[in-house]
Amino acid sequence: MPSASELKERIEAALPGAEANVEDLTGGGDHFRAEIVSDRFAGLSRIEQHRLVYDVFGGEIGGPIHALSLRTTIPEGQA
Amino acid sequence: MTNEEIRDFIKQAIDENRVMLFMKGTPEQPACGFSMRTSAALNALGVRYAALDILPDPRIREELSGLSNWPTIPQLFVDGELVGGCDIVTEMYESGELAERVGVEQPAEAPEPPTADAPQTAPLGIDNRLS
Repeated sequence: MPSASELKERIEAALPGAEANVEDLTGGGDHFRAEIVSDRFAGLSRIEQHRLVYDVFGGEIGGPIHALSLRTTIPEGQA
Repeated sequence: MTNEEIRDFIKQAIDENRVMLFMKGTPEQPACGFSMRTSAALNALGVRYAALDILPDPRIREELSGLSNWPTIPQLFVDGELVGGCDIVTEMYESGELAERVGVEQPAEAPEPPTADAPQTAPLGIDNRLS
C-alpha cells in the first residue's frame, strides 16, 4: 500500500526541483491529494501539468492509488 | 460489443456532444465524489451537457483512457477536447474559466460545488472491481 511520503519522494525524484506536499485523505493509503510546485510546469496547460504527474505512477493510478487529486503550480516569477 | 465498437461509441459521443462528461454513475446519482463535484459544477453553470456512466462495462474506462491519455474518471470534454478531471474542472469553475469555455455567463452568486475532498460516499466495492 503506497504512503503519502512514498508518493512525495517519487514525484520529487521524477520532477527534479519540484516540491510536493502529499496528504493521505482517508488514511487508507488509496486516496491522496498532492500539491506540487515545479518550474517544469511552466508553459504547459493544466492537462499537460497533471499528465506529467500521473505519468510518474502509470497504471497505479486507478489501481492501488485509487485517486490522486492534484494541484499544480509554477514557482512565483516563472509563470 | 467489441472493444472497437465501444471506442467508436465513445468517439462519437465526444464528437456529437459539445459538452460531454464521462463519469461514475449519473448526474442524478453520482457513484463517486469526484464525479459528483464535476457534474455539480456543470449543473451550477446551467449548461446543457451529455453524461455517460462508465461503470456498466470496465472496457468503457479502458477505451476512454486509451483515447484521452488520461487515467482517471471523471473526464470532461468540450468541443471534442479533453478539459480535465475533477481537480481541473473545479479550479476552472471557481476562476470563471469553465463558464467561458462552455460559453455561458458565470452565475453572479455561483453556488459552491460540493467541497468534500475525500469521496466519502464512493462505493469502493464498485471502483475496485474496475481496477
